[in-house]
Amino acid sequence: MKLIFEKSVPGRRGLRLPDTGVPTQAEIRPDLLREKPAELPELSELDVARHFTALSRKNFGVDTGFYPLGSCTMKYNPKINERIAALSGFAELHPLLPQLSTGERLVQGALAVLYEMDQALRELCGMAAFTMQPLAGSHGELTGVMIMAAYHKDRGNEKTTILIPDSAHGTNPASAAIAGFGVKAVPSDANGVMDIDALKEMLDDSVAGLMLTCPNTLGLFNPHIAEICKLVHDVDGLMYYDGANLNAILGRVHPGDLGFDIVHLNLHKTFSTPHGGGGPGSGPVGVCERLREFLPISVVRQNRDGSYYLDYDRPKSIGYIAPFYGNFAIVLRAYAYILMLGREGVLRVSENAVLNANYIREKLKDLYDLPFDRVCKHECVFSASKQAEHGVHAIDIAKALIDRGFHPPTVYFPLIVPEAMMVEPTETESRETLDAFIAAMRDIAELVQSDPESFRECPKTAPVSRLDETRAARQPDVASLG
Amino acid sequence: MPFIANTDQQRSEMLREIGLSAEDLFADVPADLKCAPPNLPPGLSEQEVGALLRALSERNHTHLTSFLGGGLYDHYIPAAVGELIGRSEFYTAYTPYQPELSQGTLQAIYEFQSCICRLTNMEVSNASLYDGGTALYEAVTMSLRVTGRNRVIVDDTVSPIYRTILRSYTSNLGIELIETHGTEGVAGRAEIIKHMNDSTAAVVVQTPNFFGCIEDFTDLATIAHDRKALLVVSCYPIALGLIKTPGEMGADIVTGEGQSLGLPLSFGGPYLGFMATRMDYVRKMPGRIAGRTLDRLGRDGFVLTLQAREQHIRREKATSNICTNEGLCALTSLVYMSLLGKKGLQRLARLCADKAWYAQQKLLAIPGVRLHFPRHWYFNEFVLELPTHVDRVIRELLNHNISAGFPLVRYYPKMTNALLVAVTEKRTKEEIDFFAHVLENAL
Repeated sequence: MKLIFEKSVPGRRGLRLPDTGVPTQAEIRPDLLREKPAELPELSELDVARHFTALSRKNFGVDTGFYPLGSCTMKYNPKINERIAALSGFAELHPLLPQLSTGERLVQGALAVLYEMDQALRELCGMAAFTMQPLAGSHGELTGVMIMAAYHKDRGNEKTTILIPDSAHGTNPASAAIAGFGVKAVPSDANGVMDIDALKEMLDDSVAGLMLTCPNTLGLFNPHIAEICKLVHDVDGLMYYDGANLNAILGRVHPGDLGFDIVHLNLHKTFSTPHGGGGPGSGPVGVCERLREFLPISVVRQNRDGSYYLDYDRPKSIGYIAPFYGNFAIVLRAYAYILMLGREGVLRVSENAVLNANYIREKLKDLYDLPFDRVCKHECVFSASKQAEHGVHAIDIAKALIDRGFHPPTVYFPLIVPEAMMVEPTETESRETLDAFIAAMRDIAELVQSDPESFRECPKTAPVSRLDETRAARQPDVASLG
Repeated sequence: MPFIANTDQQRSEMLREIGLSAEDLFADVPADLKCAPPNLPPGLSEQEVGALLRALSERNHTHLTSFLGGGLYDHYIPAAVGELIGRSEFYTAYTPYQPELSQGTLQAIYEFQSCICRLTNMEVSNASLYDGGTALYEAVTMSLRVTGRNRVIVDDTVSPIYRTILRSYTSNLGIELIETHGTEGVAGRAEIIKHMNDSTAAVVVQTPNFFGCIEDFTDLATIAHDRKALLVVSCYPIALGLIKTPGEMGADIVTGEGQSLGLPLSFGGPYLGFMATRMDYVRKMPGRIAGRTLDRLGRDGFVLTLQAREQHIRREKATSNICTNEGLCALTSLVYMSLLGKKGLQRLARLCADKAWYAQQKLLAIPGVRLHFPRHWYFNEFVLELPTHVDRVIRELLNHNISAGFPLVRYYPKMTNALLVAVTEKRTKEEIDFFAHVLENAL
């Protein structure tokens, strides 16, 4: 499909601007002006509408079909949330208004949303307080690790290392490193959870904390989690909960009760906000009581009369990690979702997410290797090792699924499982959809036996097939400069 | 229960088929670690939640005639923007890890990168970052990687909001962050030169700067390059429809806040950070990048590329911990830039500048009101020096439903009477005249 620049026709325009209506023209010294106008495409509104509609048809979203991408929680994104975020009382609100003298009275509705969301997340996680500022999950991680650093500095601790399980997502070590810590990987045991003896050997006074998902990236709940927390606390380390997998235990287990000190959530996973083709996300961070004073500036508080204000007077805070109050319109969508779920709804989420994952696990484990065969939580990790013996790898199975109308699962992650295929169905999918996926996977397993060669041509139904990534990296063509 | 498809009967059947009970699903969680059901109110219907949040939205004062800017601007958003990005194939998709199912997102990112390069006159852009402030922080750490040095000089004409973020992030990292003081509303060149040394990684400046002044940093680019340091420029993309670009000045890394490119103000986000640089530095750049390549049948297609920089490959050695960025916001800005086009952006920038110029003349005609920084060139924002404390004036104008601007005293303690006024194409002559009339009466 042509680039939008190739459709440009000189003189064509897609938007009529109003006349100035003012009698004067601005004077700007000529040498401060750009030499030539930016070569943006010149199109009619219809050209633009057709171009982007055509692009959208080359995409696959949750509304298109089943999207069992492990660890990403691709659940349905309720439409009402989009409408609420577009309400002019929210969409047109300038973030600097509360910084004007008496300006907080102008934004009471927005402050109420932030305040109430904090309360709801405390209730769901068993933490003392949340900040909504982090703009994505990875940003939440960085915020959390900065809080760790601030805590240890305040205590006079000399801490240099953060421990991370070998099954962790790459962003955990990256966040720790960017906040100035060294990183050490803790191995998993034969049951797929953190090896507690290895952990004991690695714990010493240099350990600032341990970052964990629970359940982990294999979809397994670690039964020793309370003991792990105690061991880390014994060296004055902090326990960091990566909320990527909270969907599995929503309403049933509080990370705070397990002994975690810092929690980040991904509102675009557990709380149904759209992934947007790669953001915007939102990564609120919750902390236990003793870490409250380190939360970022500002914090929404309530006056005795029920009105809200922003507290900027926080001498021990890690400071500003985002310009304002977070990705407000994302927080707003997630708040609407929590209100709709209510107390029964949150339990239904985790129950159905876990049931759906176990249903798939049980119905495919005879054909696909399941390295850790026990009741899983929200996702299960198969290995395509049996299929690989016939020359068909996880990536080939992924591409074959595309031809059968499904988005592939996450492949080659977690790194500790060879030929990993990580399936997370989420609670919003129906049994009929799961059965169709299972049938497709079984069909593929049969085809591996009968015609392994045929996988090389997959996918056949997509607009492109097996792109040359080496070429892309060696001869970078990353912009059309005109 | 909404959003859950399976009926009670289906659930029982599914459990029976896999030989589990409902209790078995959570039997691996030790009993003493389970919590009581959450103390949340009962779930609301769609109708109820819509009404509740509409009522909350009406407690926000969005009916004000706004002259408030400070880096975020009240621009008009064409109807086609919301309609097109609202296609669910875009907004319910994930990061494009399976390129065959994501050519729409990937081509859009490539076109976004191209538009950012054309706007800034740079060679390469990433797929977006969170916002203008965190993008500037990423530019600072990128400059450290490129140069292997650790001193960064930031002028205080750069947004104080961004500078606060820089201070928070760098406080643990052994980065020597030096803040220089602007002189008469523009970057403090003498002080910058004084602090330049062989450990300086970057000089960080902004145009139009926080006071609205347009600057040419060609001289600073030479000064920085003479010491093998980088010039980092933060900019306002609508202004680039008219003013000299960072690329033309010789900047090495360009960042900015893309909110003005079709995104609503939304009380602080989601916004759009952008970053562009020279091809020489692409492998040191953070964030996703889409590239054009060929598929197995020789057809054109797009993939995420140069991923050896990123956290999912490099883990603790990555250039940044950023994973997802602001994909849908980047798409929004691309649709917006496509609707405006080459002439449209130029004309929009001219509209903003002309209206701001008119407002400036009109407000300066009020006795006692003058420009805080005379002798400079402005785009669509300028600093008024009032004869009285700015807070009193702002309160008084709010009584007339006018949001007069930003009180600079909040970040520049000596500027007690200074009001930062922004004018976009949305403000009419009548609104500007009324603003001047009310301000005159308030003084």
